[in-house]
Amino acid sequence: MAEKQARSAEDLKAGGLIPQRQRGKITVRCKAPGGRLTAERLERIARVAREYGQGVVHLSVRQSPEILYVDLADLGAVVRELEEAGQEIASCGKRFRVSTACGGCEYNPNGWTDTPRLAEQATDRFFGEETPHKFKTCFTGCAIDCMRAREMDLGFQGMVEPMLIPDKCTSCGLCVRACQDDALKLSQEGLPVRDLDRCISCGDCIKACPFDAMVARRIGHAVYVGGKHGKHPHTAYPVAQFVTDEQVFPVIEATLHWYREHGRPAERIGDTLDRVGIDSYRQALRPVVGQALLGAADLAKPKWRRIFHRGVADAFPRYGDV
Amino acid sequence: MSEQRTERLDLRGTPCPLNWVKTRLRLEAMGPGERLEVILDDGDAIQNVPRSVKSEGHRILQVTPLEEGFSLLIERA
Repeated sequence: MAEKQARSAEDLKAGGLIPQRQRGKITVRCKAPGGRLTAERLERIARVAREYGQGVVHLSVRQSPEILYVDLADLGAVVRELEEAGQEIASCGKRFRVSTACGGCEYNPNGWTDTPRLAEQATDRFFGEETPHKFKTCFTGCAIDCMRAREMDLGFQGMVEPMLIPDKCTSCGLCVRACQDDALKLSQEGLPVRDLDRCISCGDCIKACPFDAMVARRIGHAVYVGGKHGKHPHTAYPVAQFVTDEQVFPVIEATLHWYREHGRPAERIGDTLDRVGIDSYRQALRPVVGQALLGAADLAKPKWRRIFHRGVADAFPRYGDV
Repeated sequence: MSEQRTERLDLRGTPCPLNWVKTRLRLEAMGPGERLEVILDDGDAIQNVPRSVKSEGHRILQVTPLEEGFSLLIERA
């Protein structure tokens, strides 16, 4: 145990063990991608918290259950008992963190993408990889953005392209009412017509249509990069739209690669992007996402003024040709 | 079955989500295939109630804009 106690705070944090204010006590952060875990694991966390802590668990802002007041001396036993139930320890510090997610399309009526599955797979694949500073990702299932994709180092937000089946449409106009972005109007023939520059791909029209005349033509992810909260919040850059599930990992891979190449030590990717230029990153992303990459013309659309308020949309630098 | 009985529920002035709760309770008290006409306010109500009706598996047969609000004709699942 003496050896364990000699570990530096940074070593501890790499393993998801956070030194507390109280001498000799640590907080043990448990890994739960998307905040989803089995009842068995939850029970084991509760048992460990009772036996080795003070019977208290804190849910971190990134959906990880944290066992408080664990004695440094009990660390080995705690980790072993958690692992027996398949409960791994999360991580802190300068690396790819456990991905967060909403309920997604599995059971949440709003979600378009399978966010818990993607969060789990992304965590399996990238968790713990070292980066110049912390690297937070999230998967959020729709435009409501409960997971705050625009405040992540890399955020994926579900989006949907609606399509009208004219034969089923009764011209009732409910889709027009449901659209909060004035992107739908009834034509002279009484059919809804979509203004592509205003549509934010939320899918409210699809959900509102009583006759299934408005359907999903394709579902994908909007990609945001360089966001963060903290002392100096930074709104993420929108960089791609309708990225497929299959493109998600290549996007993460390309982003981590670019960040490691250009990021200075202890610099978040948003600051790197501001310093090096968004076009350098867009260039790196182009071969991965192709047509899904957003350009200057895309960002000039009025929808961005609706999505980002109070001049934030106008503050983005003009995107160049890459 | 030519004389289809239609129950009627005027929910104008009822806030969300109470209008959906009331619609649901009435539908639950009815038998499969029976019809319910719900009158809803424009705005939140007409944005949300049809979507909930649909997701519970009921069928919306007709939507009629009224001078004030909307009429929704629902067939209970």
